[in-house]
Amino acid sequence: MENISAQITQVAPLEHYILLSAVLFSLGVLGVLIRRNVIVMFMSIELMLNACNLLLAAFSAFHSSAAGQVFVFFIMIVAAAEVAVGLAIIVMLYRNIHSIDINELSKLKW
Amino acid sequence: MVVTAKNPVHSVLYLIIAFFAIAGHYILLNAQFLAIVHIIVYAGAIMVLFLSVIMLLNLNKDNEPAKSNVLKLAAVVAAGLLLVTFTGTLKGTESIIASQPYDDQIGYVKALGKVLFNDFLLPFEVSALLLLSSIIGAVVLVKHDLK
Repeated sequence: MENISAQITQVAPLEHYILLSAVLFSLGVLGVLIRRNVIVMFMSIELMLNACNLLLAAFSAFHSSAAGQVFVFFIMIVAAAEVAVGLAIIVMLYRNIHSIDINELSKLKW
Repeated sequence: MVVTAKNPVHSVLYLIIAFFAIAGHYILLNAQFLAIVHIIVYAGAIMVLFLSVIMLLNLNKDNEPAKSNVLKLAAVVAAGLLLVTFTGTLKGTESIIASQPYDDQIGYVKALGKVLFNDFLLPFEVSALLLLSSIIGAVVLVKHDLK
């Protein structure tokens, strides 16, 4: 097992993980920018959170420090809480204005 | 594909594929605990929540009006610039890391549990409170007549 993981760290250096996380984060930003569906925008935010998680895990594995993985664990907890509350807000908005188009939500008071 | 799929249900399914790919990366990084937690939390809980909300609101039809092409082009350019900035910024970091000795035990549950319950005990308890408050908040928001 240790041989395999040592080989992996040689085959896939840290730059590749950095590049992958950057691409994933940029795709999330792109999704938030070009879509209007609130749920799809929400999923893009999840994609961005996962890019950060992957980068933290990669740094922690290459740095031989367990603190990074604990941080990833906490980020997952916060993401779960955020998804629950966010979807509740979306359901409530849909009940009020019968749409999830982001342009309909431009005013907070109606 | 999460971004480009017209149907929100297809978007969710592509997102599940992306999450499993990330879990595979965690296993490759020797972080087994993170991989298992990732699959349970994301594929198990969050995706079910997304799908059930989409079914509940009956949104599985692609009636989304498209944004103008100029706006899409501007968004693509902005995301590309962000990508260039990130790679440029993070390019110089690996020389700092390279001198560390490699330890393959940190991803296991035993080592992570020791760190979690020794150094990070207070954040752990606070995150439990956060989850509780998010449960209560979600129920209060969705409930119809809170009288």
